[in-house]
Amino acid sequence: MAKLNLLWLKCIISFTAVQAVFEDQVGKFDWRQQYVGKVRFSHYDTQMQSSKKVLLATESNVFAALNTRTGELFWRHVDKTGPEGNIDAFLHHGQDAVLVVGNGRLLRSWEVNIGGLNWEIVLDSGRFQSAGLVGQQGTVKYVAVLKKTAISLHYLSNGHQRWIENVPESETVDYQAVYSGGNGEVYVLGVVPHSHIAVVVYSVDDGEIMKQFSVEAPWLSNIPTSCAVIGQGMLTCVDSTTMSLYTLDLHLQLQMTQIPLQSLGLEVDTGFHLSLVSHQPNPAHQPQSEFFLQLGADRFVLLQLNNGQIVTLREFKPALLVSFATTGEKTVAAVMSPKNKTACSINLYSAETGRRLLDTTLIFAMDPNGGKPERLYVQAFLKKDDSVGYRVMVQTEDHTLTFIQQPGRVMWTREEALSDVVTMEMVDLPLTGTQAELEGEFGKKADGLMSMVLKRLSSQLILLQAWVAHLWKLFYDARKPRSQVKNDITIENLSRDEFNLQKMMVMVTASGKLFGIDSKTGGILWKHYLDNIPSNAAFKLMVQRTTAHFPHPPQCTLLIKDKDTGLATLHVFNPIFGKRSHVTPPALPQPILQSLMLPLMDQDYAKVLLLIDDQYKVSAFPSTKNVLQQLQEMASSIFFHLVDSSQGRLSGYRLRTDLSTEQIWEVVIPTEIQKVVSVRGKRPNEHVHSQGRVMGDRSVLYKYLNPNLLAVVTESTDLHQERSFIGILLIDGVTGRIIHEAVQRKARGPVHVVHSENWVVYEYWSSKSRRNEFSVIELYEGMELYNSTVFSSLDRPHVPQVLQQSYIFPSSISTLEATLTEKGITSRHLLIGLPSGGILSLPKMFLDPRRPEIVTEQSREENLIPYAPELIIRTEWFINYNQTVSRVRGIYTAPSGLESTCLVVAYGLDIYQTRVYPSKQFDVLKDDYDYMLISSVLLALFFATMISKRLAEVKLLNRAWR
Amino acid sequence: MARLPTFKIAAVVTVLFFLCENFVYCNNGRRVGDALETELSGFSVPLEHSFEVDDVAQFQVRGALVLKAGREQGFSLTQNQLSEEDRTKLKEVAAVDGLYRIRVPRVFLQADRQAEWHMEGYLTAFVRACAMVESHLSDVITLHTDVSGYLIGVSIVTLPGACRGTEVEDEVDLEVFNTTLSVMAPVNAPGPETARFLEIMEQESDKVKGKNPQEQKSFFAKYWYLILGGAIFLMVSNSAQPPAGGGREQS
Repeated sequence: MAKLNLLWLKCIISFTAVQAVFEDQVGKFDWRQQYVGKVRFSHYDTQMQSSKKVLLATESNVFAALNTRTGELFWRHVDKTGPEGNIDAFLHHGQDAVLVVGNGRLLRSWEVNIGGLNWEIVLDSGRFQSAGLVGQQGTVKYVAVLKKTAISLHYLSNGHQRWIENVPESETVDYQAVYSGGNGEVYVLGVVPHSHIAVVVYSVDDGEIMKQFSVEAPWLSNIPTSCAVIGQGMLTCVDSTTMSLYTLDLHLQLQMTQIPLQSLGLEVDTGFHLSLVSHQPNPAHQPQSEFFLQLGADRFVLLQLNNGQIVTLREFKPALLVSFATTGEKTVAAVMSPKNKTACSINLYSAETGRRLLDTTLIFAMDPNGGKPERLYVQAFLKKDDSVGYRVMVQTEDHTLTFIQQPGRVMWTREEALSDVVTMEMVDLPLTGTQAELEGEFGKKADGLMSMVLKRLSSQLILLQAWVAHLWKLFYDARKPRSQVKNDITIENLSRDEFNLQKMMVMVTASGKLFGIDSKTGGILWKHYLDNIPSNAAFKLMVQRTTAHFPHPPQCTLLIKDKDTGLATLHVFNPIFGKRSHVTPPALPQPILQSLMLPLMDQDYAKVLLLIDDQYKVSAFPSTKNVLQQLQEMASSIFFHLVDSSQGRLSGYRLRTDLSTEQIWEVVIPTEIQKVVSVRGKRPNEHVHSQGRVMGDRSVLYKYLNPNLLAVVTESTDLHQERSFIGILLIDGVTGRIIHEAVQRKARGPVHVVHSENWVVYEYWSSKSRRNEFSVIELYEGMELYNSTVFSSLDRPHVPQVLQQSYIFPSSISTLEATLTEKGITSRHLLIGLPSGGILSLPKMFLDPRRPEIVTEQSREENLIPYAPELIIRTEWFINYNQTVSRVRGIYTAPSGLESTCLVVAYGLDIYQTRVYPSKQFDVLKDDYDYMLISSVLLALFFATMISKRLAEVKLLNRAWR
Repeated sequence: MARLPTFKIAAVVTVLFFLCENFVYCNNGRRVGDALETELSGFSVPLEHSFEVDDVAQFQVRGALVLKAGREQGFSLTQNQLSEEDRTKLKEVAAVDGLYRIRVPRVFLQADRQAEWHMEGYLTAFVRACAMVESHLSDVITLHTDVSGYLIGVSIVTLPGACRGTEVEDEVDLEVFNTTLSVMAPVNAPGPETARFLEIMEQESDKVKGKNPQEQKSFFAKYWYLILGGAIFLMVSNSAQPPAGGGREQS
């Protein structure tokens, strides 16, 4: 029996779920893009002139090296998310890159060339303040790490701690900066806000306090934002209120000298917070005595400290960004100034004199759909004639990195905003011009027979022309070597392919930048930066009109909601070209509680979007007369639900004809015991092909297919291992009826849920057994349908049968989604994003509560797999083979024109696109399909019938003569 | 359907399901104006309803749910009859496709734990008024509680549930409620059944062990029928061969 079972299992597995990528298919239907996130620190690798590395430490806790020629990653290290992996400081010297990670928890040194870890040490606890390289006698040997209460010195070569000392009076003094001029001393600078500066000088050799003094500075509150050490240990600070510079010689420890800016002939923009930009090319030497002072939003001045005197070298107005760079012995200052509306120019100036260097102008063309430049990273190098050349990397507000070479050639751009995709949709591509022409013929009204005929002829002629052009192109391309034939996809030649496998991916990122990406190649076809996005915005993307309604352009609407105030704005755009639509969205003065996409369409085929504000008033978009009339007619059958998780309240509302609402049901889950963590409905574009399942005895078990069903997941507030639980409620969204209520005892979140067809799958952490478990709930109406023609929530008095089963899953998961196909015939798979970076395609048939414990003849007839408590991870189920997707946050699935094929996009730090075939490619002929054989057989059969027909005729004739 | 052998799990779940429900069939013999105070020492929860032509809810007492205190938890429902006035109003509401709403306050469904917290507010549910009329006031009210026995939701359905537009002539049909009340607590979702699986595995391996002596039989003892069959077949085919070629007929 057991053997039989095993055999049966093997059979099922081999017949249903074998899918893997062959070696020659790698990269054919899938692509991956790797990102690093918004750059926080960046240094060029300067060991060699020819080095082509730029090192980046980002806000996504990623440390990476990019190739400056191509923009591709050399290597990348992805740390933990959240504050634990936060990169606090990045120091670079020679071959070593030293990072302080996790609020001063770890000190790591990386080898720059290959990205290997040199050493890592755990630092003592304490809030991290600052870090700096310390040099002695011209060489950099140590790293100083300043914490709230202590300073420690570590060897750069192996990370060993040389000494650690407590900083004096750490309760009152806020130590904020560490400085070393390469003379065997480490200066720790602290401030008592609005009182004085405290300076402690340590000896590099043994950590002994050599000097300690304080200087009155009642105007100072923060050192890093307003002070810098310049020249030979001159602490220079700016104060915006008195509009003066203050200097303090750290060696002489006299008073602070006040230098009013007016005495230097400098004027400050009123209300502007002054700041300094200084430069220390080598930590073993003293900083440059030249520095920039920012006087206004677009005004900088290059100053020089010369024997305690400040000299103005040059004023830059207008200037957006400034930066210093050093190569060899030369230090230059790069200044970016606006040229016109669409371009900026960057020039190099000699730092010592402020003179402009010849032939150093570089034009940076600003993307009209991008953000403003934010930071400038200059890589300077010496040319053969000893003049200075440079390249720059410009970081803009939309997290884009652009690398430019003289005189303005863009080497590469990286859209780092894509490392934080929030939501996405896939939109069908439009028809080609000729197809659209034919389609347009049907859309227009008839105006006479003759003109119709002429029109048909003309469109046929256009088709013929297109076909000839296509043939010509084929012929022309055939003569060229294959490598030269390019099939670049541009926005002009975008068109739907035969099976609708190529689509437009509209991605919304947290920074507020929208992207249109071609799903076949991964190329960015359009981008649009929305610059007034609140930092804590929630996004919801909806497709109001698809491409099916030619000549009306497709239309997407993005609802942007501020999470704190609830105020929302709408951005309406064309998803194919990314352009803002000419349709003006309504102004939304009230906070928005809920949005609802109705299947109703206006006369222009745009679906109606309902927005419910906090007064429970409903506004429609578009709100034409036609729409309002339809809404009035439909009002009594439009229901919606609201969830207030802070009060555990779920309530249902019905639309009234005057677009006000009335509350019709209410369910309140006391927040003292459990809190609502997620509410999941079904996807509106989901099709279910079969109404029921055929049982072993040929009877039918009908599925309970309630489109209004909501799966509500709650977590207990009591997190004790024995008492914690998660709750699953299935609620009808129209009537508020609780269809099923279950609790999973001794379980904890995070819970991942998928709700589709007649099933809900959820994953949780079992705190009793310390493992991840999957549970599946299926709902069935029974052996007969209550009303087979239409489903109405108002008329289903019987509660469905509920079946549930749970399984052990050997890994934790990051995200969960189900495949989706055009007609729902193909069997479903669950796509599971694992923290390891794999995307697992698990057949839904393994998560079936009807899996029998004991195999019977009937269960075998039904193809049910015998129950086994553990779900196994089979390596061939990973759809992304070795293409690891870091930090998967979401998986998006979309149907294609082929029933067997489902398009999948996994996004997180990386983006991965592929296709899956849950039931294999049953509707596609194989590549090695023998066309010759089938056609020859057909032909042979045809001739055979002809001949035999002839023979039969002759025979009949002969018989007739007999 | 739960009788089918393939439906073991269904049966188990369904049984669980029914175990969790306490059915209470209600007495409906009260007249309007009868006192609704609880006769027992238990706790009484008012059940209110509202049906208005203009759909602005005005709740009136429909009956009371009585919880019995003590060890044995129990529920009973006492309900008023619909007055003449209410009957006509309900019919009017049904004619304009209005709603029939009910509500209960948020309470603990255990009489002895009432003092723990007292929450403000009500739980509401609705059914179409026409369904109420056409079902002759036969409805099913379910009270849902959370793990601690606190009331979180109420639902009402009528049997039959459809509105077919049939006229209800007899006024008497709309007088008394024919209510089935049930209280549902959350069921415990099953975890992975490792123990049961291991048990079955063990049983099967025992079975296989039991079969072993049979398998150790000799080749001839096991397949004698096949060999015999083969031999007979050979013999028959040999004897059938000689008269070949003679039987062909012309067409």
